[in-house]
Amino acid sequence: MKLGFSREDELFRAECADWLNGQMAGEFKDIKGITKLTACPERRKEWEQQLAAYKWSCIGWPEEWGGRNASLAHQVIFAEEYARAGVPGRVNHIGVELAGPTILAFGTEAQKQRFLPDIAAGKTIFCQGFSEPGAGSDLASVRTKARLEGGEWVVNGQKIWTSLAHISDWIFVVSRSEEGSKGPKGLTFLMMEIDQPGIEIRGIKQINGDAEFNETFFTDARCPADSLIGAPGEGWKIAMGLLAFERGVSTLGQQMGFRNELDEIIAAAKANGAAKDPLIRQRIAKAEIGLNLMRYGALRMLSQTDHSKIDGAALTYKIQWASWRRNLGELAMDVLGQAAEVAEGAEYEWDTLPNLFLYSRADTIYGGTNQIQRNLIAERGLGMPREPRGDV
Amino acid sequence: MEFVFTDEQAMIAETARAFFTENATSERTRKAMAADGIDAELWTAFCQELGLSGIGIPESAGGAGLGLVELAIIAEAAGAQVAALPMLGSLAMAAQAIAAGGTPEQQAEWLPRLLSGEVVAGYVHDAALAANGDVLTGGDRFVAHGASAQVFVVTSNTGAWIVPVDAAGLAVTAQTTMDQTRPYAQVALAGVQGAPLGNPAAAIEAAHRAGFVTVAAEALGGAQAALDRTVGYAKERVQFGRAIGSFQAYKHRLADMMIEIEQARSAVYWAACAVDEGSDEAELAVHSAKSFAADTYFMCAGNMIQLHGGIGFTWEHDAHLYFKRARAIQSMLGSGNWHRERIASMILGDAA
Repeated sequence: MKLGFSREDELFRAECADWLNGQMAGEFKDIKGITKLTACPERRKEWEQQLAAYKWSCIGWPEEWGGRNASLAHQVIFAEEYARAGVPGRVNHIGVELAGPTILAFGTEAQKQRFLPDIAAGKTIFCQGFSEPGAGSDLASVRTKARLEGGEWVVNGQKIWTSLAHISDWIFVVSRSEEGSKGPKGLTFLMMEIDQPGIEIRGIKQINGDAEFNETFFTDARCPADSLIGAPGEGWKIAMGLLAFERGVSTLGQQMGFRNELDEIIAAAKANGAAKDPLIRQRIAKAEIGLNLMRYGALRMLSQTDHSKIDGAALTYKIQWASWRRNLGELAMDVLGQAAEVAEGAEYEWDTLPNLFLYSRADTIYGGTNQIQRNLIAERGLGMPREPRGDV
Repeated sequence: MEFVFTDEQAMIAETARAFFTENATSERTRKAMAADGIDAELWTAFCQELGLSGIGIPESAGGAGLGLVELAIIAEAAGAQVAALPMLGSLAMAAQAIAAGGTPEQQAEWLPRLLSGEVVAGYVHDAALAANGDVLTGGDRFVAHGASAQVFVVTSNTGAWIVPVDAAGLAVTAQTTMDQTRPYAQVALAGVQGAPLGNPAAAIEAAHRAGFVTVAAEALGGAQAALDRTVGYAKERVQFGRAIGSFQAYKHRLADMMIEIEQARSAVYWAACAVDEGSDEAELAVHSAKSFAADTYFMCAGNMIQLHGGIGFTWEHDAHLYFKRARAIQSMLGSGNWHRERIASMILGDAA
């Protein structure tokens, strides 16, 4: 058991920090510190391409596909330095962390050649078409239909909560390809180009006033027959494999973003005197403890080489960070007081901390609500009986 | 960066777990509870047969080397069985203090006997201890296994001394204690001559860090055992024609226990590792581990009673052993609020 990084790792850390800080002080200084996912999409696509030009876009990928085959330690370091430098979140997060690894794991050689170079180059932005109005927590009940017709898949139905669909080029869609099938059977995983007449995207205004999520409508939308990953009917297996990638190294970068948020709260508390309140002090200490336990939980999870057993740290990670961040949002409001309830301009737009307070209500919902997480933990982690299924 | 057990550490964990599960049975622990809170046979076997008592004590001081990670592994296994042993006071605190701050003579005189289990030591801390040279006046009402100790390490915030139990002016009174697996004694010093440790600052720091990590690890083991036993019960017990573990209200409580326990596990081994590696984070980590793991244990032990229903409230069931140990760990060696305030002052500066 060893926490420290090697000297070689620390040199790599310095290299990452140098490059990232240089970019944020130079050519891309206009996007430094942006936390809102929807801000400046065009510049952020250029940033994706800049990352690619210097081979930083997907360092964990194999070298032949534009990555660096970086060690776990290096991936952790890059993710940490990325957030520490105040670089905004990746608009191609889904492409690099989810679509790419899924294609690498389950795609054909032709699919790899078709997609991976463009994802790595920051030219193809992906979004994720999983949830539907009638398939939220119960993801397997998707109704969007796909049928093969004249050498093409024809897709009809609706997806919802498709984050960043409005700036994406491709969407992967879990659809029902076997007429009359139910639940996880009969699903197919398709890659579809968004810019076509059969796909319409409408933004969903959220409680913070922003519109990062969308409704995506499919009306005889089309993609070539070879656009499916895996075999027809294997969609559930592919989707579940993909969700496992979500617990990857990028969580460490996400945590550095949390670090920045907590630091901002600490600075605000020092500035307005809240730091003298014993109850606030306790809550800040708890937040600090929780953030560190997230980091070491993630390192435990990532250090684990035996993936055959269900790792407790991995299973509990989502609810842990989501609950922590929701508490952080509430702490921010208590530290700032009423000052947090008024915005500066005429627009309904919020600074980092009030926005954190509002946005964090989504954290405990998307990607599996806290209640679904508890079911999963009890059933998969502790062997409790599964929830009975209804037939409505 | 490799935050998992090495093969050697996994082996120590397996050995310790098997030893405590087999030997620290409820029956034997209850026998000890009715007496002085020590299963003497278990203590001797642990120290002499298993040979793990020297872990965390440098080889140069007669120990087995290794570090707090390995000590935590053992404390976790002992905590899982609520073993009635003087491990905390005698090994984790007194022996650590002597190993870190004692003179070579003091180490040679005491450590072999502490590590063999022949002598039990108590750890007495009194922030307001009056020291006139090495003549000490003060005391501590909550000395773990103090009534069984033949020698004490007595500390103030700046000084540390060794005081044998037969020293003139020393009075030890056993106390009826809620957690009978670790009864307290009142130790009163009235002008007692102490033998000063060579390096008191090192002794105090080592004892406190090892103490925090040890109780945190015990808490982790106890919390996990509380969850495991409750999970077992949830599968067996049937009401309304279903295993009670199939009810969502029940499942979610179990899940909440696991969520806290996984964090407590990160906390304990982060702290142990940070101290062993001399990391800048060591101070933050030990305060985090002690406060977080103690609260986790109490939450899990409380749930253990609730989720067992009536049987969980009986003396016969072991749930109260966990519950009482958990509560004791919350209060000992600084409350959760105290540890969190230490962290707050690191981040925010001192409170006004």
